[in-house]
Amino acid sequence: MSSDAMAIQAAESAGQPWVETLHEWVTTVDHKRLGILYIVYALIFLIIGGVEATAMRIQLMRPHNDFVSPQVFNRLFTMHGTTMIFFVAMPVLFGFANYLVPLMIGARDMAFPRLNAFSFWLTALSGFFLYFSFVGGSGLYGAGNAPDVGWWAYAPLTARAFSPGHSSDYWTVSVLVSGFGSIGTAINIIATIFSMRCPGMKLSRMPLLPWLNLVMSGMVLITITPLSAAQIMLLVDRYLGGHFFDTQAGGSAAIWMHFFWIFGHPEVYILIIPCFAFMSEIIPVFSRKPIFGYPVMVGATICIGFVSMSVWAHHMFSIGMSSYSNAFFTLTSMVVGIPTGIKIFNWLGTMWGGKLIFKTPMLFCIGFLFQFLISGLTGIMLAVSPFDWQLTGSYFVVAHFHYVIVGGIIFGLFAAFYYWFPKITGRMLNESLGKLHFWLFLIGFHMTFDVMHIPGILGMPRRIYTYEPGRGWDTMNLIVTIGTFIQGIAVLVFVANLIYSYFKGPRAGNDPWDAWTLEWSVSSPPPEYNFASIPTVASRRPLWDRKHPEDPDSRYE
Amino acid sequence: MSAITTPIVHAPEGWSLPYRGKVGMACLIIAESAIFTIFVVAYLFYLGKSLSGPSPREVLETPIFYTICLLSSSLTIHVASRFLEGGKRGAFLGLWLLTIVLGGLFLFGTGQEWHRLIYEHGLTISTNLFGTTYYSLVGLHATHVTVGLVMLGVVLLFGLAGRVGPEQSARVETLSMYWHFVDAVWVVVFTVVYIVGR
Amino acid sequence: MVVGRVVGVFVLLAGILLAAGLCNATQPPAPANPVPNIFEPHSTPADSILHLSNFVLGITGLIFAVVGTLLTYAVVKFRTKAGDAQSEPAQVYGSTQIELAWTVIPILIVVVLFLATARVIHAIEDAPKPAAAVEVTAIGHQFWWEYRYPALGVVTANELHIPVSDPEHPTPTFLKLLSADTDHSFWVPQLAGKTDLIPNRINETWVDPHRTGLFLGQCAQYCGTQHAKMLLRVSVETPEAFQAWVNAQKQPAIEDEKEAAGKRLFETTACVNCHAIGGTNATGRFGPDLTHLMSRATIAAGAAENTKENLRLWILKPDAIKPGSLMPAMQLTDADLDALVRYLETLK
Repeated sequence: MSSDAMAIQAAESAGQPWVETLHEWVTTVDHKRLGILYIVYALIFLIIGGVEATAMRIQLMRPHNDFVSPQVFNRLFTMHGTTMIFFVAMPVLFGFANYLVPLMIGARDMAFPRLNAFSFWLTALSGFFLYFSFVGGSGLYGAGNAPDVGWWAYAPLTARAFSPGHSSDYWTVSVLVSGFGSIGTAINIIATIFSMRCPGMKLSRMPLLPWLNLVMSGMVLITITPLSAAQIMLLVDRYLGGHFFDTQAGGSAAIWMHFFWIFGHPEVYILIIPCFAFMSEIIPVFSRKPIFGYPVMVGATICIGFVSMSVWAHHMFSIGMSSYSNAFFTLTSMVVGIPTGIKIFNWLGTMWGGKLIFKTPMLFCIGFLFQFLISGLTGIMLAVSPFDWQLTGSYFVVAHFHYVIVGGIIFGLFAAFYYWFPKITGRMLNESLGKLHFWLFLIGFHMTFDVMHIPGILGMPRRIYTYEPGRGWDTMNLIVTIGTFIQGIAVLVFVANLIYSYFKGPRAGNDPWDAWTLEWSVSSPPPEYNFASIPTVASRRPLWDRKHPEDPDSRYE
Repeated sequence: MSAITTPIVHAPEGWSLPYRGKVGMACLIIAESAIFTIFVVAYLFYLGKSLSGPSPREVLETPIFYTICLLSSSLTIHVASRFLEGGKRGAFLGLWLLTIVLGGLFLFGTGQEWHRLIYEHGLTISTNLFGTTYYSLVGLHATHVTVGLVMLGVVLLFGLAGRVGPEQSARVETLSMYWHFVDAVWVVVFTVVYIVGR
Repeated sequence: MVVGRVVGVFVLLAGILLAAGLCNATQPPAPANPVPNIFEPHSTPADSILHLSNFVLGITGLIFAVVGTLLTYAVVKFRTKAGDAQSEPAQVYGSTQIELAWTVIPILIVVVLFLATARVIHAIEDAPKPAAAVEVTAIGHQFWWEYRYPALGVVTANELHIPVSDPEHPTPTFLKLLSADTDHSFWVPQLAGKTDLIPNRINETWVDPHRTGLFLGQCAQYCGTQHAKMLLRVSVETPEAFQAWVNAQKQPAIEDEKEAAGKRLFETTACVNCHAIGGTNATGRFGPDLTHLMSRATIAAGAAENTKENLRLWILKPDAIKPGSLMPAMQLTDADLDALVRYLETLK
C-alpha cells in the first residue's frame, strides 16, 4: 500500500523542473519537510560554528599567537556561542520534534501547519540576518561588524557608549526574532500533543519522545520570553534613550544578568531534554527491553522543568550576592541534579538484563551516558558556590558546558541521526563509516574537552584571545586544539556518510531496527499523509503489541 | 516486518481531545505573561531608584474611567460570544462593536495620559528610570490592546459581511481568551503602577 | 642659621637616598611559582575553597566510580551473544524499590554537600573585618586596575602591594571592588575566589596571604577588546617592606630638573587629560596614575615589561603592545618622544 504511494510520488517529482521542487520546499507546510529543513539548516550552521571554533583554537594553540586579532577573536566567540545555541541546537531539536511528534502520536501533521512554516522561516532568516552583520554591521566607521559582546551580551558592555555602531543590534534582533520562531514551534508542539493524539493514546500511553518534547515546549514558553523581554529593554536603551541597564542613571548591570540567566539556565535544559528523549527511544530498542520506569521518567522530567527555573543565579555566584542567595542557588542547583541523575539510572536499568546491540546509534548512546554522567558531576562541583568562585569564568566552565553540549547533546543527536535517517530517507546510513565517525569523534572529543578542564584549574579565564606563557597553560591548549581537528575530520566523515547513503545506501524498509513506536509502522519515507488510516493504540508500544500478540504490553500497563 | 496484519482495536468510547485553537491560545497567553512579568519586575525593582526627574507620586493620575471601560469590554465580549453560540448574530455584532469601542476608549485614555505626562510634566522614556519602566510597561500593554483591537476589527468586518455564525464560535471564543488576557494584564499593571508604585 | 639649612638639606637628601634604597629593596621578588593554580592556595579564602573542593571531588569521584562501573559492567555483560538474537529478553518495566533507593541516596548526598558548602560560604562572605585590616579600593577600568588606599593616602595602578598576614595577629587586606565602566572580575586564584567589579555596585572581597611573594591573576569577566591583557600582579610583602612601599608611594613625584623639558611636554600635551602625576598640574583620572610609574615592573596592566623601549613604543603606538586598548597613539616627534620618556623614567 504505502510503497505504491511512494512510487507514485517519486515518479511525479522526478519529472518536474527543479524550480518547482524548490517552490514546493519553500512553501511547504508539511511537518516532515519542515523538520528536514530545520535539520539541514542546523547542519550548515554547525559547520560554520565549527569553523569559528577551529579558528579560535588555532589562535589559542600557543601563547601570544597572532592568527587573528583580538577584535576578530572576540567576534568569533560571540558568533560561535550565539550560532551554536540559537541556530544549531534549537533548530535541529525542533526539526526532529517536528518530524517525529505527529508520527509518534498517530497524527497527520502538526496542529498549526502554517504557523509551523512561519516559525521555521523566522528562525532561518534571523540566522542569515545575524551573519549579515559581518558584511553590514559597521554603521559607524571603524566600529566593527559582527557582534563582539559575548553570547550573553552583558550590560553595560552593550550600551551605545561601549558598543558603538550596530554590531550589538544584529545580535539582539536576530536572537529576538528567532525566539519568536521558537515560541511558535513550542505552541505548535503543545497543541499537537494535547489535541491530535490518535484514539487510545492517553497521555500515559504516549511515547517518551513526545512527552519530553511537551515538557521542553512548556519550558520554552516561559524561558525564551524573559530573554525577549530583556532584549526589548536593551533596544529601548540603545534607541529610545531608556535606562534599563544604564548604570550612570542608577540602572543595574546585574538585572540584565538575572533576566538573561532566567532564560539561559532553563535554556540548556530545553536543549538536553529532547536528547533525553532520543536516549529514551533508542536505548530500549537496542537493549530489546522497554524503558525502565516510564512514569518516573515522565515525572523526573517535569520535575527538572520546574526546578531548573530556580537555579539561574548559579551563573552569577561571583557577582557579590549575599551568602543567603548564594546558599539558596547552591541548594537548588544540587537538587536539580537529583531527577537528572535518576534518568541516568533508569537508562542503566533499561540496559540491565537486556540484549545489547552495538550498532552506531547505540554506540553514541553509550558515549552519551558516560559523558553526561561526568558533566553532571562537574556541574555539581560548579554548584558548590565557593568552588565556583574559582572555577567560574575559567576554562573549567567552558570544558563543563561543552562536555554537556558536545558530549551529551551532539552525541545524542548523532544517535538520533543514525536511528531515524532510515525513516526520513528510506535508506540506511553506512555502518562502517558510522563506527569510524563514532571512534574518531570520541577520541577527538576527549582529547579536547577532558584536557580543557586543566587550564581552568590553573587559572586560565575564558574569552581571552591570547595568554601569557609559562603559566602551565601552553601544552594543554595545544592538545585541546589538536583534538578539535580530529573532531572536524569525524564530522566530515559523518557528512560524507549522509550524502553517500542518501543516494546509495541500502533500502531500509519500514522498520529496520525492529522498534515499537508508530513511526515504524509506515513506509520509509512516510507518505505525505503519514497514515492511511489513523491507528488506535492500547499500550505504550503499539508495534510490540502487534508483533507479540500473545504478550502485549497492554496487559502490563 | 511488513506483513503483520493490523488487529482491529476498537476506538475507546468518546475519545475527545481539547480544541487545538484554545490550547494554542493558552500557550500564547502563558508566554506573553512571562514577558509582562519581566517588565513588571523591572518596574518594581526600579521604584524609588530614579536619580532625578518626576516621580510616580508627583505625576500619575489614576485612570479609573478608562480602566472601567477596558474591564467592561471583557464582559461585553463574553456576552457577545454567548450570543454567537446561540445564533443571535445581530446581538453578537452589536456587543462586539461595543467591545471595540470600549477598547478604543481605553487606548484614547492612555494617549491622553501620555500627552499630559510628556507635555505638562516632561516625563519621557528617557527622562529617568521611572519614565523608562513606565512607558515600556504601559506601552507594551497598549501594543497588545492595539493588536487585539485589530483582530476584533477583522472579525467585525467578517461579521458584517455575514460570514460569522455559530460554526465559528470556537474561534471567536479563542480570540476572546486573548482579550480577557489583555484585561487581566491591565489589572496587574494598574495595581503595580497606580497603587503599589505610589 | 646657614649651617642649620645646609645640615637640613643633607638630611633631606640622605632621607631621599635611603627611601630610594629601600624602594629598590621592595622590588617584587621573582614569583616562586608563576602558575596561578587554584589547588595551591596561600590565603585563607583560597584554602577553605581547596578543602571544600577536595570533599566535593571525593564524593563526585565516588559517584563516578560506582555508576561508571555499573555502566561498564552492563555494557560488557549484556551484549547480545552470537546466535542469541532470536528471543527477546525479559521485559521489565520498572521496580519501585530500586527507584526509591536511587532517589533517596542522591537526596542524602545533596543534603551533606549543601551543609558543607553553606558553612564555607558563610565563613568567607561574612567574615568580620578586623581593625588591623588594610583597606584597598580597587576600581576596574577598560583595561587596567586602579588601586586606592584611602586610609593610607596612596593612589596607584595595576600592581597591588599588600602585607603578609600572620595567623597569630592577622592583617588581612579587604578590597572594595568598583567599576568605572563595564563588568570586570578580580581573580588571583592562589589568594581567593573571584569577585566581580560591576558599575553602580560595591562588592567586597578579602585575602590574608600567608607568605610573601608575587601572585598572578587576571580579569575574569569579559570587559571588551583587551580583556585578555588586564593582568593582575599582587606583591605580598613583609610589614616593613609594605610600609616602606606605602611611604614611597605617598610622596609626590620626584622633581628632576634635568628632565624639565620632558615634564613640560607632559603637562602641555593631551597626557594630562587622562593621567595624573602627584605634585604637578596633571590630574587626569581616566588612565593610570603615573606618579611612581617606575616603581612598577610592568606597564599596560602587565602587557609589557616596564623598559625604556616598551615605554617609548607604548606612547608611540599602543596597538603594537595592546591593540584595542584605550591609550591613543600620541603624535609626537622623535625628539619629543625621547624627552618625554626620559622624564617618565624619573618617576620612581
